[in-house]
Amino acid sequence: MSEKRTGVFVCHCGNNIAATVDVKKVAETMAQEGTVAYSQDYVYMCSDPGQNAVIQAIKDNQLDSVVVSCCSPSLHEKTFRDNAERAGISGFTCEIANIREQCAWVHKNRDEATAKAIKISRSAIRRVARNKSLEPIAVPVVRKVMVIGGGIAGIQAALDMANGGLEVVLVEKLATIGGHMLQLSETFPTLDCSQCILSPKMVEVSRHPKIKLMTYSEVKEVSGSVGNFQVKILKKPTYVDPEACKLCDECTVVCPQVVPNEHDLGLTARRAIYIPFAQAIPASYTLDEDACLGLNPIRCGKCKDVCEAGAINYDMRPETVTENVGAIVVATGFDLYPQEKILEYGAGNVEDVLDGLQFERLCSASGATKGHVLRPSDRKEPKEVVFIQCVGSRDPAQHCAYCSKICCMYTAKHARLYKHHVPDGKAYVFYIDIRSGGKNYEEFVQRAMEDDETMYLRGRVSKLHRTKDGKVRVMGTDTLTGMNVEIDADMVVLALAMQPSKGTEEAARVLKIGRDKDGFLAEAHPKLKPVESVTGGIYLAGCAQGPKDIPETVSQASAAAAKVLGLLSQATLSHTPTVARVRNSHCTGCEMCVTACPYDAIRLENGKAVVNEVLCEGCGSCSATCLRAAIEVRNTSPLQVNEMIEAVLSF
Amino acid sequence: MSEQQKYEPKIVAFLCKWCSSAGSDLAGVSRIQYPANATPITVPCSGSVSPMYILSALKKGADGVLVSGCHIGDCHYMEGNFLARRKLHLVKELLQFCGVEENRFRMSWVSAAEGAKFAEVVKEFVEDLRPLGPQEKLKAKRA
Repeated sequence: MSEKRTGVFVCHCGNNIAATVDVKKVAETMAQEGTVAYSQDYVYMCSDPGQNAVIQAIKDNQLDSVVVSCCSPSLHEKTFRDNAERAGISGFTCEIANIREQCAWVHKNRDEATAKAIKISRSAIRRVARNKSLEPIAVPVVRKVMVIGGGIAGIQAALDMANGGLEVVLVEKLATIGGHMLQLSETFPTLDCSQCILSPKMVEVSRHPKIKLMTYSEVKEVSGSVGNFQVKILKKPTYVDPEACKLCDECTVVCPQVVPNEHDLGLTARRAIYIPFAQAIPASYTLDEDACLGLNPIRCGKCKDVCEAGAINYDMRPETVTENVGAIVVATGFDLYPQEKILEYGAGNVEDVLDGLQFERLCSASGATKGHVLRPSDRKEPKEVVFIQCVGSRDPAQHCAYCSKICCMYTAKHARLYKHHVPDGKAYVFYIDIRSGGKNYEEFVQRAMEDDETMYLRGRVSKLHRTKDGKVRVMGTDTLTGMNVEIDADMVVLALAMQPSKGTEEAARVLKIGRDKDGFLAEAHPKLKPVESVTGGIYLAGCAQGPKDIPETVSQASAAAAKVLGLLSQATLSHTPTVARVRNSHCTGCEMCVTACPYDAIRLENGKAVVNEVLCEGCGSCSATCLRAAIEVRNTSPLQVNEMIEAVLSF
Repeated sequence: MSEQQKYEPKIVAFLCKWCSSAGSDLAGVSRIQYPANATPITVPCSGSVSPMYILSALKKGADGVLVSGCHIGDCHYMEGNFLARRKLHLVKELLQFCGVEENRFRMSWVSAAEGAKFAEVVKEFVEDLRPLGPQEKLKAKRA
């Protein structure tokens, strides 16, 4: 150990440290340490002269390692490691002793603070004495991206990245891309037709030479890490060859099996063989295995008999496709909060109580009623409609604590659309607050109130039930007048909360990325890294990350695309070298570390643990589990920690 | 014993880099005062704290050992603090078995946003350690 030459640099931080810590004494005491060859204090170590002093001292005294006693490593660790590199030694031989945030700023007694600063500095010196010079690990990059989810977020991200020159694999669970946006009739605040603005983008996706579209497919397994993920995608059989299919629609006519149509949220029905909607991409039919009588010509086989193009093939089998990608964008979207959970509003059992998306399908020209607002029970035009906001949202006691953000706006839109369809109808909106932040949003709500004469009532609805004369009685309060309100409505529309979709849940599990307390995908930093997940190379877009409207979703998708383009424009990525290392002589192959590793970075080869350095994040779970100290994180070895403990307990 | 008159417990505090160490930084930035008895050792993750470290600290004369990590479910490494909780809970039982007060070892979950909580954890721990007096049981006898 005697040949070790460590330099110690103690910072005054103006008076920030020096006021409570005797900086000179720290520097002098540290000079007594066996491995320390040089020690100095300076008023601002991070200033230009301070940094130059460090570089000069390393060169002049042939130092091989550095301890800087200063502020938190989160602030200047990089600064001083860069200085070490500039002076010609490895940045990983430089450690920070935090004597400001963890010492000078939290203590008043000068003697105590100085003693603690000495202990902290000494522990860093002991650690650095055994630090190895390390080089960052270079990771080659695959210039290909996978986007999970073919809603507007996924479509936008895929197009942006493909236009930026990357190969894109777009994976969608359903038979068509388009997502929830395609179910919408019109969009706020312009009332332009949702389908008209989305379907050109869908066509672009399907024709883009750089986008490989995989619909009716699910991501089953992801391994690898940033720059090089291996993804297994399960392609479910559609039993129809899209190349051969002529879209003649003969098959649906003969199909005897009728099931609710998901695209119209059960307001209409479809056959077992179906095309989700006319503009579906890919434009092809899908045979719903669960609804079909049995994919067996003996049992039915009508569709196959009628298909002149010979596009139907009952022998199609699920197929697993493996893709290699450098980055992943997760855009798995939202589901509506289940109406069944809202017991006070009938738990989905009261007729003519619809959710927002069902109402969109009623208004849509391609929807259940061909654009006429008719209530489902008797197909009559509803003359009084009650819209209830915050159903499931902002209700920490029973449902979701968060605000679903878009409901104020879409309820105003619904009220307006209703009034445009039924000019002599009456629209009531129950609200808690109106949140209409956004360009032209407030004006839109005002127009709903003034131009379209929607009655806004501030208060909640306590209960609703069906009356004998076929109406829905809504009992609520208007808190502005303090009166109870009872409305016999023809139809009620609930603005249900947004919740993370089932697919989002699955994606989080498969990708091993974190979710927040509400189940939405967690971003790496709420302000500064809003589109990155905590795992490198995995990005988030759209409602999978939190409730948002279309403009926001599109911005986030483009932001994620820009991040991926930036990431994959590099030839190689560098990965921190402070990863786990196995001491072969000690390893008995007991596999405890294999189980402990959260990244699947350790495997057994010839009876010894082997670390995949690219996957390893250096958390140290393995080393804390190993009974024989056969695995350790570089530069945080048990030996180093033990010496740090000793230093901390020294007088 | 003159030391007995003014007994100050010596605490080794293992703080995870992502949450508790950042939380203690926040305590510093907010200038929240707490006793100087606990000296921090920053580790990558509470899950990297081996039971041996705790025993080693007690052997080297620590009166108390604190391990502080991210809140359960918030681990930067996804599940490190689960491992820590499961594993280190056993240390308490081991200490009892050895005749050492289990209160000499404490775990806490302090996020990067909880500077005040970190200060509180240290303050409380110091106060709880005072009545126990110096830890002699596991301390190495050699001078």
